[in-house]
Amino acid sequence: MVWINAVLQGVLLGGLYALFAAGLSLMFGVMRFVNIAHGDFIVVGAYLILTFVISWGLNPIIGVALVLILMAAAGYLNQRFVLNRVLGKDILPPILVTFGLSIIVQNGLLELFSADSRKLPTGTWETSSLALTDQIAVGLLPFLMFLTAVGVIAAMQFVFYRSALGRMLRATSDDPEIVPLMGGNNARIFAIATALASLVVGIAGIWLAMKTNFDPAAGPARLLFAFEAVIIGGLGNIWGTLLGGIILGVAQTVGAQIDAGYQILAGHLVFLLLLVLRPKGLLPKVSH
Amino acid sequence: MTRLLETQGLTAHYGDFQALFGIDMTIDAGETVAIIGSNGAGKSTFLRALTGLRPTAGQSVQFDGQSIAGLPAYRIHKLGLAMVPEGRRLFPSLTVEENLLIGAAGGRKGPWSLKSIYDLFPDLVAKKHNPGTALSGGQQQMVAIGRALMSNPKLVLCDEISLGLAPKIIKDIYQAVPQIRANGTSVLVVEQDVGQALAVATRVYCFMEGRVSLTGTPASLTRSQIAQAYFGLTEEAH
Repeated sequence: MVWINAVLQGVLLGGLYALFAAGLSLMFGVMRFVNIAHGDFIVVGAYLILTFVISWGLNPIIGVALVLILMAAAGYLNQRFVLNRVLGKDILPPILVTFGLSIIVQNGLLELFSADSRKLPTGTWETSSLALTDQIAVGLLPFLMFLTAVGVIAAMQFVFYRSALGRMLRATSDDPEIVPLMGGNNARIFAIATALASLVVGIAGIWLAMKTNFDPAAGPARLLFAFEAVIIGGLGNIWGTLLGGIILGVAQTVGAQIDAGYQILAGHLVFLLLLVLRPKGLLPKVSH
Repeated sequence: MTRLLETQGLTAHYGDFQALFGIDMTIDAGETVAIIGSNGAGKSTFLRALTGLRPTAGQSVQFDGQSIAGLPAYRIHKLGLAMVPEGRRLFPSLTVEENLLIGAAGGRKGPWSLKSIYDLFPDLVAKKHNPGTALSGGQQQMVAIGRALMSNPKLVLCDEISLGLAPKIIKDIYQAVPQIRANGTSVLVVEQDVGQALAVATRVYCFMEGRVSLTGTPASLTRSQIAQAYFGLTEEAH
């Protein structure tokens, strides 16, 4: 029974990893570039919600709305005025710039919030649980987190494959040189894609704040989990990202069940194993 | 007739290499103009300059009464200048219908819609939910033309639309040109197939090494004139 429990908790944890990964997957899918500061932006989202709700005492709903609006707007502006300038055939400049952003963000957070580990208390949500059987119960918080992940992935899938915006995003991903001949402004399309991704980063940051302890240096590890989830699931497959997150989560909780010290290592080992067996990921690119 | 497009002394460079040496061209509304010329004559470069894919800032390019030199490609597109790019360049992850709808993203009003494109190319109806790249070459070309028309352009540029297609398919595709013109869209085709170009065009420009080597109506040009303008050789008299 402990094993079933470990797997179940892993699936729910996978929801968090899928949230980490979703924004990264979207940006890579449309613009073919990897945002090294992705994990740090998630941590920024976590500090924002902490500031709004705890320091300023805002209503949590207003706090969440503010975080999402701020993140999306910052993502749009960052893409439009910084990242678009370095996008091109050479993949190195955007990596270097986002690496620099990562350092700036980490040190900025350290300056503002100190190195203390923080967490957003969620009151009764933390202790409530849903009893599935006599012996297995899931916490309300992880359960809601998983539902959020499924909802976010489903919404992204809908936008990508059912809306005019998604059509333009896919076209841009296919052949950015030709898109202007269809009236599309690449700079603006990229900025919209990053705004959407940053919205998801905000959601991930809020769940990070509620679920675990975080500190200004927590970003790179989130980036790593996000990478692993995207690669396991298959680049360019949105549901694959959810699957990748779940596999990573299950590997970690089962590893922790064997020995608490194996949690992180087990996740990385499963990732490496899948990289050897299925280097292109579990699900194929592009599913309608 | 109103002047739709006019370039004066248009030049283009790829680094140190100069591809166009002062192209003067005019297209009036309702015309079908063909550009012929051998590989490397600058035909495609000229189209890319018109659409904004090649920089033209500071030069003289008038379209529909305003200067479009130096405008970004997406702005030029919204003024009513669409292109069927060489090699079709359909979006592989989009279906046929989605490829067509992308063409309408600029939001220009006019006679072209999904329905009128399907009327023009009935072959596409059964394939509309297939990925654009799963079609035959001729059908892909129809999608590429339809995608350009969906923006309801005043002028559509067709770059080598017969390249790599069977003669019968080429004939089918060129049958659409009169219907395109009937809907008020002028056409500029780039062709290596001289016979096809002369058959479809009201006026022909021949390019050689980045310059206009000959221009006139198909009826006014002789074979030897064209051969000389095309290859830069004087045709042997026997």
